[in-house]
Amino acid sequence: MKKLLLGNAAVAQGAYEAGVHFVSSYPGTPSTEITECMATYPEDEVFVEWAPNEKVAAEAVVGASIAGGRAMSCCKHVGLNVMADALFTMSYTGVGGGAVFCVADDPGMHSSQNEQDSRHYAKAAKIPMLEPSDSNECLTYTKAAFDLSEAYDTPVFLRLTTRIAHSQSVVEVGQREEHAVKEYKRNIPKYVMMPAMAIGRHVVVEQRTEKLIDLANDCPYNTVEDNGADIGIITSGIAYQYAKEALGDQVNYCKLGLVWPLPTTLLSDFCKKCKTVYVIEELDPFIEEHCRAMGLAVIGKEKFSLLGEYTPSRIRSVVLGKEPPASIVPKEALPSRPPVLCPGCPHRGTFYVLQKLGLTVSGDIGCYTLGAVAPLSSLDTCICMGAAVSAAHGMSKVKSPEFNQTLVSVIGDSTFLHSGVTGLMDMVYNQSANTVIILDNSITGMTGHQQNPATGKTIRGKATRQVDLIELCRAIGVEHVTVADPFDVKNFERIVKTEVARDALSVIIAQRPCALLKSVKYEGHCRITDKCRRCKMCMKLGCPAISIDKQSGSVHIDATQCNGCGLCIGVCPFGAIEKADEEEHDK
Amino acid sequence: MNHTTNIMIVGVGGQGTLLASRILGNVALSLGLDVKVSEVHGMSQRGGSVVTYVKYGDTVHSPIIDRGEADIILAFELLEAYRALPWLKTGGKLIVNDQRINPMPVITGATDYPDRIAQTLTECADTTVLDALALAARAGNIKAVNVVLIGVMAQNTGIPYEVWVQAIQGTVPPKFLEINMRAFDLGYHHKK
Repeated sequence: MKKLLLGNAAVAQGAYEAGVHFVSSYPGTPSTEITECMATYPEDEVFVEWAPNEKVAAEAVVGASIAGGRAMSCCKHVGLNVMADALFTMSYTGVGGGAVFCVADDPGMHSSQNEQDSRHYAKAAKIPMLEPSDSNECLTYTKAAFDLSEAYDTPVFLRLTTRIAHSQSVVEVGQREEHAVKEYKRNIPKYVMMPAMAIGRHVVVEQRTEKLIDLANDCPYNTVEDNGADIGIITSGIAYQYAKEALGDQVNYCKLGLVWPLPTTLLSDFCKKCKTVYVIEELDPFIEEHCRAMGLAVIGKEKFSLLGEYTPSRIRSVVLGKEPPASIVPKEALPSRPPVLCPGCPHRGTFYVLQKLGLTVSGDIGCYTLGAVAPLSSLDTCICMGAAVSAAHGMSKVKSPEFNQTLVSVIGDSTFLHSGVTGLMDMVYNQSANTVIILDNSITGMTGHQQNPATGKTIRGKATRQVDLIELCRAIGVEHVTVADPFDVKNFERIVKTEVARDALSVIIAQRPCALLKSVKYEGHCRITDKCRRCKMCMKLGCPAISIDKQSGSVHIDATQCNGCGLCIGVCPFGAIEKADEEEHDK
Repeated sequence: MNHTTNIMIVGVGGQGTLLASRILGNVALSLGLDVKVSEVHGMSQRGGSVVTYVKYGDTVHSPIIDRGEADIILAFELLEAYRALPWLKTGGKLIVNDQRINPMPVITGATDYPDRIAQTLTECADTTVLDALALAARAGNIKAVNVVLIGVMAQNTGIPYEVWVQAIQGTVPPKFLEINMRAFDLGYHHKK
C-alpha cells in the first residue's frame, strides 16, 4: 500500500516491519517523531520508551540486543555525543539481535545548537552507516540496517538530515516480519570488554570493516547511474535529490547509500569513466576526503560550502554555470521573525523576574533558551544538555562570592533529569553556594510534548511512577528546596532574591505547566483599559500578544494571540489590564 | 527538465500551515502523483517564520523549492507573504491572508512593520488578498482560517473540487467537518 509518510514515520514503519522488539530514545529535533510513531504500534509487538537521556537509551538498546532482541534508539546529532560512550565499545562486542542507532543531523540548524556531521562517528567508532535520500529509502534502509547488523555482527547507524526526517514522500508500506528474540548464552570474550577480551575483539572489528568495504563495492545501496556524460557526481542522502533535480540526465551519478565504510573500486571505476567529478555533500568533506586519500581527482568544498543546507539552484550554478531563475526581491529590509516564547508560556514569568533582578543566568537547552531573545534578553549561556548547572558550578569556583550572589542557572524538568542532576551532585559534593532554578512545566516542551520521568506518564500515556523533583534534590543533599509559581511574580521575585543571597546551595522549582498542554485552560483574553499610563512595563514581558503603537504610544493586546494567562495583569503597576470575556474573543 | 507543481505555504508558527500542506499532499497522492512535502518542526514553530513546501508531479526529487520556482505561494500572514516573494515564479500566483502579526523586533520597537504590503504585492505579482479570518468567522470559527485559505488555493490548482472534499473529510475530525466544509467553500468561491 502506498502512503505519504514523513521520513521519521517511515523509519518507524521500517523498524516495525523489521520486527523490532525494543525502542528507547530521548527526544531531539529532528528525530523525535520516529520514537513517537513507534509508540503507535501494538504494545505486545514492540516495547517503546522515552529514556531519561540518550546514553541510557543506547545502553538499554545494548542490553536488549545482547539479550537477543532487535532494538533501536533514535536521537539528534548532539544526542549521539551523549550516546557515544556506549557505541564505541558496542562496536567491539557486536550484537545479539540487530541493533540500529538512528541519528538525525540538522544542517542549517533549524532547531539545534551546532551543525556537526555525524558521519565522523561512523568512521571513528567503526560502525557502518546507511543514509537514505527519501521516505521510501528511510523504510527500506531501516529494514536493511537490522539485517546488516545481524549479518556482520555490528551495530548499524542510520543517518538522516532534517530535510529527510521532516519531508513527506511516497512510501510502499509492507507487513511486519516476526523475528523471535534469540536465545541468550553467556559469552564472556564477546561481551565483557576488559582489556584481554577487547584486544581480541578489536581484531574482529578490523576484519569486519574489510568485509564491509567489499559489501560497499557491490551492494544495492551504492548505485551508479551512467548517462554517458562527461561530468560525474558522487553524492548521498538529500544532496542526491538536489543534484537530480538540478542536473537531471546531464551527468552521471554515483549515489552512496552506505556512507561508511566507503567503497574503493566502485569510486575509482566511476571516476575513470568521467572527465570531471564533483562530490556533493552537505556539511563536511567526508566522502571527498576519502576520494582524495585514494588519489582520485574530485571537486568538492572548493566549490561547495561547509555551511548550511544546499539547494538545487546552488548545485546547478556550480556544476552547469546556470543562473538561478528570475525572482522579485523586496526593495526594503524586512523585520526578522525569530521564534519567541508562546503566549501564556510559564517561562516568561521566570525570565521577567531574572531580567528585573539583573542576574547572570547560566542557561540550557529547551524552549527557555528563547529567554535570550529581546526584550527578555536574560540568558547568558546555552551550550548543551545539563550544562546550565555544571557550568554555573564552574563559574562560581573562579569568581568571588559577590559575583555568585548574582548567578543562577535555569534548566527544564526534562533537561534536569537528562543530565542536570549530575551537575547538581557536583554542586552538593564540591560545595557551591549556587541557586538552580528548575523550570518545571510538566512536559518536554520544545520537541513537542513528550513525557519524561517527572510527568508520571509513559510514552503510551499510561500512568507510571513519577520522579519527585523535590525529594530528588533533597536526597542528593540540597537543603533548601522551594517550589514557586512563576506567574505569582511578586512572590517569585521575593524567593529568587532570598535564595540567591543565601550562602548555601538552593533549588527553586518554578512550577507551572506548559500553556500548550491540553490540560491547561486559561479563560478569555486580556485587554488594556483606560487606566493605562503607557509605562510599558507589560512590554518587558516580550509577549507576542502585546504591542505598542509607535506613533500614539498606546498599548494593545491582540485577542487572536492572547490566551488569557493573565501574567501581564500582575505586572501592570496601574491595574490597567483586565480580562475580557470569552464571547468578545470569538468576535 | 523535471516538471512539478510547486506550492509554498508560509506563515507564523502556530497558524496551522502544517494542516494545509498535509491536505494538499494527500490530494496529490490521491491523484496518483509523486509528491513531497517539506515541513518545519521544533524551535521555529514557536511563533517564528514557518515555511512548508509541497511539490507534486510525475517524479519529484528535491523536497524544497528554490527562489523563483513557486507556482503558488499561500501566505497566512502579510509580512511572511512579502518575505516569500522572491520564491515566486515569474507569472506565479500569490494568495495572501490580510492578517498582520507583529514579530518581536516590531513589538519591541527595534524596527517597523512595512507599510502597504498588500498594495506592494499586488503591484508586482498576480496577487489575491483576502480577509480569511472574517471568512472563517462566517464559517463558524476563526480557527478554520487555514481551511478557508486551502479553499482559495484549491481553485487555483485545477484539481477537481470533489478530490479536495474527500481529502478534507479524511483529515479533519467529524465534529468539525461542517464548519470546515463551510470554510473551504467560502475560500473556494472567493472572487479576487
